[in-house]
Amino acid sequence: MTGIDPLRDALTEAHMSRIHDLGGAHGFGPLKIESDEPPFHHEWEARVFAINRLLLRARCYTLDEFRDAVERMPPVEYLAASYYEKWLHGIETLVREKGLTDVRDR
Amino acid sequence: MTHDHDHGEGHGHVHETSAGASNRVKALVADLERAGMMTEAELDAVIETFLVHAQPANGARAIARAWLDDGFRARLLADGNAALAEIGIDLTHWSPVTLRVVANEPARHNVIVCTLCSCYPLALLGPSPTWYKSAAYRSRVVRDPRSVLAEFGTTVDADVEIVVWDSTAEVRYLVLPQRPSGTEGAPEAELAALVTRNGMIGTALV
Repeated sequence: MTGIDPLRDALTEAHMSRIHDLGGAHGFGPLKIESDEPPFHHEWEARVFAINRLLLRARCYTLDEFRDAVERMPPVEYLAASYYEKWLHGIETLVREKGLTDVRDR
Repeated sequence: MTHDHDHGEGHGHVHETSAGASNRVKALVADLERAGMMTEAELDAVIETFLVHAQPANGARAIARAWLDDGFRARLLADGNAALAEIGIDLTHWSPVTLRVVANEPARHNVIVCTLCSCYPLALLGPSPTWYKSAAYRSRVVRDPRSVLAEFGTTVDADVEIVVWDSTAEVRYLVLPQRPSGTEGAPEAELAALVTRNGMIGTALV
């Protein structure tokens, strides 16, 4: 059973500074093991992966900045989001904060 | 996401979530293209390169070589990056990481995880499975690895120690499984075919 209980447990773990620090937390239930899993479940997931690669390669942000942007997600959203939804959130956050797509005065 | 996943209170149905993400990605790509930061063709090229080059067959080849060549095995355990470069695998293509290879022994079984995010040796294992990135795996494998292994149908004898390695942004791990008995004289390709992705994560035996 996932949902609100693991969130409460995770937040009350004294060592936790942010929700992403999941090691040792209780209450997340059994694993969901998918056999013959495809690399990406949706085309948009592959694109999120590729967007991140290109922005990292162009040094628009660093890997540490990206990880930090994901880890700053509100805990309830973090736990509800799929892996690539977390990535998308991180990229959108950095694009906005750094003004990467703002029209520049040149 | 297509797998069933409990979103908890206040979150949309799974299909709505994915459609919402898909639309957000389209909008993001349009903005980035307009800003001259990337093209559709560049995105497609990244995906294609990733799927072609990041494969568990790479890890399996390294494991089989280590089973056959004691010198390579020693070098792999001492400096994973350098040993893999010998057989033409560049670990730093996807991220600048140090690879540490941990060997299973009769009295020690190794398992890898990334409790903080989902660090994973992509070049050697291919795209990571969803379960590896799940809260369930990340939270529990460090606390109760035997119960996690049991969910994979994997039993490690009670007198065998289980060591769980928590990856970081800078250090990734790979499990070197024990060579199966009865494989004496088998060529490298045949041995490599026995090595599974989960065997190199440590959630399966080889």
